[in-house]
Amino acid sequence: MNKLFDYIKNTQIWRSIMRHGYPDTPRNRTLAVLSNFFLHLHPVKVRRSGIQLSYTWCMGGLTFFLFLIETITGLLLMFYYRPTAELAYQDIFALRENVPLGIMRELHRWSAHLMVITVWLHMYRVFLTGSYKPPREFNWNVGVILLVLTLLLSFTGYLLPWDQLAVWAITVGTNMARATPVLGHEGPGAALLSFGGLDFIHAGDDVRFGLLAGRFVGEGALLRFYVLHCVGIPLAAATLMAIHFWRVRKDGGISGPL
Amino acid sequence: MGDLIKNAVDWATSPTLYFLEFTLAIVLVLRFRAFFTKKIVITGFFVLATAFFVFAFGDPNFNRIVTKPDNIPIVILLATVVYFSWLALRRGYVNDERVKQGLPTVEAEMGKQKVFTWPDLVYIELICLVLFTAALIVWSIKIQAPIEEPAASARTPNPSKAPWYFLGLQELLVYFDPWIAGVLLPSFIIVGLCAIPYIDINPKGNGYYTFDERKFAISFFWVGFLLFWVSFVILGTFLRGPNWSFFGPFEYWDLHKLEPMVNVDLATYFWTGLLGQPRPVEPLVRELPGILGLLAYFLVLPKVLEKALMKALFDGNRAHLIRYHVMMQLLLWFGLIPIKMLLRWTVNLKYIIGIPEWFFNV
Ligand code: HEM
Repeated sequence: MNKLFDYIKNTQIWRSIMRHGYPDTPRNRTLAVLSNFFLHLHPVKVRRSGIQLSYTWCMGGLTFFLFLIETITGLLLMFYYRPTAELAYQDIFALRENVPLGIMRELHRWSAHLMVITVWLHMYRVFLTGSYKPPREFNWNVGVILLVLTLLLSFTGYLLPWDQLAVWAITVGTNMARATPVLGHEGPGAALLSFGGLDFIHAGDDVRFGLLAGRFVGEGALLRFYVLHCVGIPLAAATLMAIHFWRVRKDGGISGPL
Repeated sequence: MGDLIKNAVDWATSPTLYFLEFTLAIVLVLRFRAFFTKKIVITGFFVLATAFFVFAFGDPNFNRIVTKPDNIPIVILLATVVYFSWLALRRGYVNDERVKQGLPTVEAEMGKQKVFTWPDLVYIELICLVLFTAALIVWSIKIQAPIEEPAASARTPNPSKAPWYFLGLQELLVYFDPWIAGVLLPSFIIVGLCAIPYIDINPKGNGYYTFDERKFAISFFWVGFLLFWVSFVILGTFLRGPNWSFFGPFEYWDLHKLEPMVNVDLATYFWTGLLGQPRPVEPLVRELPGILGLLAYFLVLPKVLEKALMKALFDGNRAHLIRYHVMMQLLLWFGLIPIKMLLRWTVNLKYIIGIPEWFFNV
């Protein structure tokens, strides 16, 4: 048996993938982190305080983990879901009725809820340890945008089942946009943009209309939210996460006393 | 006995009391942190909370609202937020005590040691990942994701609620018009969060838990996050029913429960109440008291407080004047929320400035 392992470990194929032996010596442990694409997100050595669970609460890592789960389960859901007013509800319903033991939708929904919680707790932890202070001001700001994107991901996804809960929650949410100052047709200042009795801002062209592609939550809104939910926001979030992790390292790793 | 407790809880969770109790709790916990950071306190809290849950679960109204699949995360939110607030305060308290005795903080002491990422960190990550995957799978098997009736734009459900993480903003709609609750305040929250590292220039408390060295910053965040965000999400989820009326946790969601709306504008109080004459028609004249009041609030107040606050927060260094004024504008907008709430509860104030003609109501 050992011989077989030794043989495999000495083949050119194995050695082209793994460039070091089992990481039980300092040299190999260093190599394990440096030569692995995923692990090299991390520095080779970390402060012991930085990896204490009661220090970071692991919330940033968990947020990222949940984002990955969302990506995988979301991709699988996309195979079965068609974003049109006739089919959307049917497809979701079929997923529940026709797939025995199907839990993709459940995994996707519960992880999404959890991700909102973990991102809030992560921000809370970063605040309470003063980790936004120099040199991490910029990364805190990247984080704030990630927070907004996380909420928007959740919000756009909420509409997709196209049931009563979805449509009315999004109606309540987007109704606010009607009242945007100047740009919403029921917002203060919108009436100022009126020329010769013609309103420049009205229900058919204000920000809410732009958001929903219509005067109410209808098929246009469904498509818009679908594209944002599955492509636009995830791409933006993934890019910002890459920057976020990069900056954690460049700012000296997990914060600790100076 | 059971009914007595239920009635007491229903009474104690009415929006006014709920808010005041939460505020009081935050003040007490921070003030008496030497006591509240004890392990026995948090254990006791969770034991009592569990006991209450078990007791309350038998009640059909409580059960219906708490076991709604989409509400389970909010129970998780409540438990984790309480626990982590406690944990952070405890670690801060321990550090503060150590510093008083001339010892380095826990983080400083541990931080001197460095460990290899492989295996120390990688294993923690792996264990977290496995545990969370398992928990998520169990959760997903046990509880099915809900799906309601197909969308029908003609039938409005009552209550119509925004997704749970925005319920704090929906709660603000009780006190403000949508252009403030739904547009201005969220924008200010985002801008304010971004501004934090540039306003808080206190070099202490960077990279370790503390309370004493950042009293203002941490108290502020507790109030902002715990009181005005998390507690409002909980209020909006569990205690707001049809027509956004208030319902205690054990109360039946009666569609016909209507709370009387007898709110009065500031202009009416001023012209009719104080001067005994009809309200002027011209909006700008009519709303003059409110306009002057808000101008004083946003422009004069920061100036009046400048000296004292500059000294307290920025050592009186005038190089930080811009920081001070940006901070004040953000804080004053934030302060408008409790002010409006108190005015609503005490004198039924509707609008400080009410110009519905221009959708300009504050
Ligand atoms: C999708 C959302 C996010 C992901 C995936 C994420 C991920 C992470 C991870 C993995 C870390 C390493 C340390 C840790 O786990 O605590 C980290 C650190 C950090 N995050 Fe985030 N984060 C997110 C959102 C945020 C938000 C909302 C903020 C703040 C508003 C933020 C600010 C920071 C800062 C300042 C650090 C450095 C902390 C330190 O060095 O102690 N991040 N983030």
